[in-house]
Amino acid sequence: MNLLDLSWANLKDKKLNSFLSALLLTLGIGIISLLLLLNKQLDEQFRRNLKGIDMVVGAKGSPLQLILSSVYQIDAPTGNIPLEEVDKLARNPMVKSAIPLSMGDNYYGFRIVGTTEKYVEQFGGELESGELFANSMEVTIGYKVAEAAGLKIGDTFAGSHGFDQEGDAHGDHLYKVKGIFKPSGSVLDQLILTPLNSVWDIHADHEHDAAAEEDDDHEEVREVTSALITFRNPMAMMTLPRMINENTKLQSALPSIEINRLIELLGVGIETLRALAILIMLIAGVSVFVSLYNSLKERKYEMALLLSMGATRTKLFLLLLFEGLLLAIIGFVAGIALSRLGLWVFSKTAERDFHYSFRDFSVLPEEFYLLGAAILVGILAAALPSLGIYRINISKTLAED
Amino acid sequence: MLETKGLTYSYNSTRKFSFPDITCQNNQSLLILGQSGKGKTTLLHLLALLLKPETGSIKIGEREVTSMDPTRLARLRAEEIGIVYQRAHFVNALSVEDNLVIANYLAGRKPDRQRAAYLAEQLGFADHLQKRTFQMSQGEQQRVSIARALMNAPELILADEPTSSLDDLNCERVIHLLKEQSAQIGASLIVVTHDQRLKDTFKDRVFL
Repeated sequence: MNLLDLSWANLKDKKLNSFLSALLLTLGIGIISLLLLLNKQLDEQFRRNLKGIDMVVGAKGSPLQLILSSVYQIDAPTGNIPLEEVDKLARNPMVKSAIPLSMGDNYYGFRIVGTTEKYVEQFGGELESGELFANSMEVTIGYKVAEAAGLKIGDTFAGSHGFDQEGDAHGDHLYKVKGIFKPSGSVLDQLILTPLNSVWDIHADHEHDAAAEEDDDHEEVREVTSALITFRNPMAMMTLPRMINENTKLQSALPSIEINRLIELLGVGIETLRALAILIMLIAGVSVFVSLYNSLKERKYEMALLLSMGATRTKLFLLLLFEGLLLAIIGFVAGIALSRLGLWVFSKTAERDFHYSFRDFSVLPEEFYLLGAAILVGILAAALPSLGIYRINISKTLAED
Repeated sequence: MLETKGLTYSYNSTRKFSFPDITCQNNQSLLILGQSGKGKTTLLHLLALLLKPETGSIKIGEREVTSMDPTRLARLRAEEIGIVYQRAHFVNALSVEDNLVIANYLAGRKPDRQRAAYLAEQLGFADHLQKRTFQMSQGEQQRVSIARALMNAPELILADEPTSSLDDLNCERVIHLLKEQSAQIGASLIVVTHDQRLKDTFKDRVFL
């Protein structure tokens, strides 16, 4: 028998009250914890994929859409641009490198992207097995694609048009798997990479079939979807984007600016949620306070009895404090578990729709501060009514019956 | 063993009490009879060291207690005085057994569950040890109170109106048990009451 046993027994005795207080604490802590987790992982994923890309160019349209589609492989591209324009840009003295991207097909919901080896280098991709795509219709795939679609080296498959699995299949042109990438923690994991030629070859044939009766002089204008640009020097950021937007058929987008704008938009929502969560935690504190206050009123004779049996007032004060502390700890543990559950659900949805996963369930350092806050709330809420212990007149209370 | 001399106490200028000197040896039982308002509870609380007398002295065992500091008093009370109240009161969240051993815990001793079982047997509620106290009848609860007062084998047992809310049969039972159990541990027993039924059951009596 010790103080802990007694506190726990008292909590169990008032099951409904304790449950309410613990539930409120759980909710408040769960929401804050989930926000912390999401914030960290969204931030990481955003930054990891942005590394080294100074600018993205594509067809005229929304810069944000351009970034989302070409860097993060979410959302549809804004259109196509002539390869010639990209080459011209690549020759610009302020440009260090330009990586062309060609998108438009998918397999099993995973995007097929035509590009060069520079794209792989950009994301620090390494081969797990096999080799890099070299010839038309050869592909190297990310590990998530291999797992979900069950593809091995040597397998062949047909891509579907568009970005979801229900598009028309290009049945007559089969891709062949030449290699699989190691997990890189970047967008590479969910892509199927192939040379630019593959995409042209498939669609060129379609055009020829469709335009059978038309003019044979029809010239192919080679197009790509977008290009990822790195600058040779930082000054380029001042002049190049404006120049491109005003003087060419291309749209330029600066990832850092667009992502910051996106985060700002999201930020309002996140701030609101955070404020809500703090409010819930405060209400939880009030709940603990009310619960213990009422409890003390009911147990006044009990307390006087215990004092008469030799308990010191400090001991009883600690007893009540423990009740608040226990509630806080239970709320914290349950809250952390709840936030992990929330993250898991969120990740499942994100994986299904965008192939991005948020599986890092490890404890964050900020969550230790959260524990401190929870304990503080529990102790403060319990301390106030508990001080009443020092005011009990033993003789008078016992005489009241 | 208990000895008091010249005890007085005032709640305020109009409510003052002055008590006769009391002596109670080990193994002796004493009845203090008085009408309501004569200061019975005040006297009991003074003897239980819950109130500090205005004047006079109290000796328990060979110790003069009126000059002790509150901490020592609390300790002494926990170890050497067992109190049975008029209406049984317990820690509702705990079982009957835990309500008994908490007397040990608060006196700074190890919980003696064997003694609890023994007393439960002696006082006839052994089957109820794991129950909650509010599940028992009033008579049963009163017997648990007695057991609790005995848990630390104190020198002095004080009973405040122990039979006032009981019927004749239970009244007889309770007084018999109190006397028997106090004798068993060699304690002094003092019963403070207005219940006239007890007048003839005690040899030594004090009238307020």
